[in-house]
Order: sequence, then structure tokens, then C-alpha cells
Amino acid sequence: MMDTAIDRELLEKIADLLGKPVGAFNIRKDSGCDGRQSTEHIQITSKEDKPGIDIRIQPGTVGETCHIPVIITKSGLSEMVYNDFYVGENCDVDIVAGCGIHNCGDQESRHDGVHTFYIGKHSHVRYTEKHYGEGTGTGGRVMNPQTVVYLEEGATIQMETVQIRGIDSTKRDTKIVCGPGAEAIITERLLTHGDQTAESDMEIILDGEDSKGRVISRSVAQDESSQVFYPRMVGNAKCFGHVQCDSIIMGGAKIKSIPAITANCMEAQLIHEAAIGKIAGDQLLKLETLGLTEEEAEDCILQGFLA
Amino acid sequence: MLELKHLSYAVQEGDGQLGILNDISLSVADGSLVVFTGPNGGGKTTLAKSIMGLVQPTAGEIFWNGENITHLGITDRARLGISYGFQQPPRFKGLTVRKLLTLASGDERLSKDRCCQYLTRVGLCANDYLDREVDASLSGGEVKRIEIATILARQGKLMIFDEPEAGIDLWSFARLTETFEQLHAAGGATMIIISHQERIISLADEVIVVGEGRLRHRGAPAEILPQILSDTLGGCPVLTKEAKAL
Repeated sequence: MMDTAIDRELLEKIADLLGKPVGAFNIRKDSGCDGRQSTEHIQITSKEDKPGIDIRIQPGTVGETCHIPVIITKSGLSEMVYNDFYVGENCDVDIVAGCGIHNCGDQESRHDGVHTFYIGKHSHVRYTEKHYGEGTGTGGRVMNPQTVVYLEEGATIQMETVQIRGIDSTKRDTKIVCGPGAEAIITERLLTHGDQTAESDMEIILDGEDSKGRVISRSVAQDESSQVFYPRMVGNAKCFGHVQCDSIIMGGAKIKSIPAITANCMEAQLIHEAAIGKIAGDQLLKLETLGLTEEEAEDCILQGFLA
Repeated sequence: MLELKHLSYAVQEGDGQLGILNDISLSVADGSLVVFTGPNGGGKTTLAKSIMGLVQPTAGEIFWNGENITHLGITDRARLGISYGFQQPPRFKGLTVRKLLTLASGDERLSKDRCCQYLTRVGLCANDYLDREVDASLSGGEVKRIEIATILARQGKLMIFDEPEAGIDLWSFARLTETFEQLHAAGGATMIIISHQERIISLADEVIVVGEGRLRHRGAPAEILPQILSDTLGGCPVLTKEAKAL
């Protein structure tokens, strides 16, 4: 496990892992299992009918963390993985996913993953998913994550997704269904550069009374890259939803942001905001008066924006 | 010492040139507090910005501690100890107050205690503000006070403040004038403050009235304040007696 410097670097980037994880974990490397550990309250088992794992978290599990990172170091490898999470009632847990691709060859490396969460009543899940690509090869680094979340009564998910850099093509597909009193908070951070493309399609369905949804999407498109966002919030009951998309556009990049809110109930209160713009000149000038060069000021603004 | 020699700044207007600054020469002694005041549009901010490098003069020279900085960029001037508090500071999505103070101080490990000292001097509590983003969630007055705190954290040898009182409530303003007074008494920095406030003007070693891009008057507050007051409505020879009574 984590036997090469490349493995260690990728795992640190995508899951902040500096050694063997504490608690339950499953490390997937080049389509194989590179390490797994279940705990008393979190069981991880392989699927028998298709690639992927089932993660079962017992009711009442509190304060535990489950790491399930994926790394790909072989050029030309392509995989489709299905991971299902069954979170019992009254849990409070952290799940750290993420995918890192190191591609030094000339063939495309690709990871497609479907994560489905069934979160029991009054459980709280914090889910982090970071994506990162590197390598000097001409082969593409592609990731297409699909995330589906079902929140039962009073359950919450705080989902943080980050595309750090180096992913040539991504299509994110997220669907969250909130039951009564459930809450979904999604924070999306995305950076594209070169001629990369990124598309994020998101649908939050506020089905239950007093459910809440909040989407905070921040992206930076550099060079000739392009991004498309489709965050949608649907209110089917008395609920509150807020979609906020902010993008910084640079160089010859292109960004399309199409937030949509749909109310199917008179008591639904939905808000969306979307903004695309370049780095403001007065922000650069201010940081220069603090002694930063123009390049340092630009980096600082982007880092803060995507932090 | 700061020296401006025959400084001019003009912009194109139609077929001709419009002078914003017109042949300004000025020396500011180390450790002194100088207030620029005068009518709106008179050239105060352009003059201050030209010292920081935010405006490039079309003629003349600027010397800081004997070094000709006329053609230096903003970053280089900042690194020579010149700092500038904007009249309307920008907001940053994602940058926290702590990060901004850290950048200003140049010390990546700036302690919470130090941050607290800078914020307290502008009337803000570190516990409430350190981890907040300097974005649209803050009021104009809060952003302005954070801006002034960054100048305090910068600890420059020349501090320029453009209308620090603008948008700040009365209580915070009182705290701010105390801070300027203490900074001046400590004598570590030269301060140039653009202000229209009598309380700030009265702190100055020298008051310079800037109008139509020129230095109209200069002198001690006791000498200049009566002249400023005589230039207000009450001193206007055009207004009728009835209009003055309104």
C-alpha cells in the first residue's frame, strides 16, 4: 500500500493522507484493491456483480472517518466503479473520497465513478471529493463522477468537491433528494486550464417539508479551457433553496453558467445568483500596495477564491 | 523624507490636455503628519496615488529617502515602505481578514494577538472578524476599517490614508483619530491623510489645501482652518442674505 512516491503524492493531494488512514478505508489503485480496513461500525465489502464496494455504516456511529481514495498510475487504464454507502440512523461521520491520475503515457486514463448514498434519519455526513491529475504524457486524464444522495428525515450532507488541477475532461453529475427537514450543502470548487473542459450538472430536489438546499459553486477557467454549469434546485414542498455560482474567467477561456430554480409549491422559497467576471483591477492594485507582485497578487486572489 | 518636484498629471480631453495636477512641489519631513484637504475634484487623491505609484505622473519627479522612485512600480514602492489605504477598498471573495492582515504584515505566522491589536485600533473585535471573508457580507464601514488595519499591519515608513473617515460611524471615528494621534506621537512613520474632518486636520503638523491641481494654501491647522471655514457657504460672496439664512 502506498508503495511508490507517486502513490504517496497522489494520496496526499486527494485525501490529505500521509500514511495509513485511521479508521475504515479502501484504497483503489489501478483497478485493484491496494488496501482495505473495516472497523466495528463501518464495514467495507466488494460488490459481486460489478466493480466497486459497499460501505455500511451502523446506526449511531459517531466521530468516525472512512477514506476511499482512487489512484490511477497506468496510462490507458479506463474503469467504471460503483460505490454504495448505506448510512444508518443517527450517525455523524466523515467520508473522504477523491481520485488522482498520474499519466505519463500517450493513452487516455479514465475513471468513471457512481457514488450512491442512502443516509438514514437524523444522520450527518460530511463528504469530501478531490480530483487531481498530473504526468508528462500526452494521454488525457479524464474523470466523470456521478453522485446520488437520498436524505431521509432530518438527515444532512455537507458535500465538498474540488477539482484541484490537471483534469483534461470532466463531466460531473450530482443529484440529491431531500426528505422532510433534511439539508444538503454542496460546495463545488473547480479549476480548468490549458484546453480542458468541465461540465457540472447538479439537481437538488427539495421534496420534504422544511428541507433546505444550498449550492456554492466557485470556478476559475484559465487559458483556453471551457466550463459549463447547470445547477438546478427544485422545491416540491415548503422549503428553502439557494444556488450561488461565481466564476473567474481568464485568458481565452469560456464559461457558461445556467442556474435554474423550480417551485412546485407555494411555500417554496428559492434563490439563485450567478456571476462571471475577470479578476478586478482594484483587487490586484490593493495587493500590490501590500508588496505582492502582480503574479503573486493574481495567485493569491485565485487561491482565496477556490479555498 | 518625501519630495515631489514639479509633479504634473494631465489627461487627454478633446483636442487638448486637462491638467489634474499642475507643477506641484512639496517636501514632507520624516515622522510628520500632513493632511491634504480641499474641494472635491481638486486633485488630492491623484496626488496621493501618484506617490504610491497608482497614477503615473506625466511630468516631474518623486523622491523617497533620496531615491528617485518616479518610475518604480507599486510593488517596489510598497517594499520601500510606502503604504496606501484606499478610499473605497476592494472586496475579495474567499480572502479572510486574517489572510489580508497576514499579507499586509509580510509575516506568514502573524499571531492572533497581533491581528487583534491591529483590529482593536480600528474599533473591530478579532473574534468577530478574523475568519470572515472580506466580501459583500461586510458593510462599507467594516471594509474601510479593515483597510486601515492592513495599513497598520504593514508598518510602513510612509502611510497614506485616503479619507479614512468616510463611511465610518461616529464611535469608530473617535477611536480612529486616537489611533492616528498615537501613531504620530510614536514618531515611527510619516503620515499623509486626505481628510475633510476638523478633528483629523487639527492633528496635523501641516495642512495643505489642494485645489485645481495646485497647492493653494499650506500651514499649521490653526492658520488653515479659519481659511477653510471662510471658503464655506458662510463666506460665499455670491449668496444672498436669504440663501445664507436657509
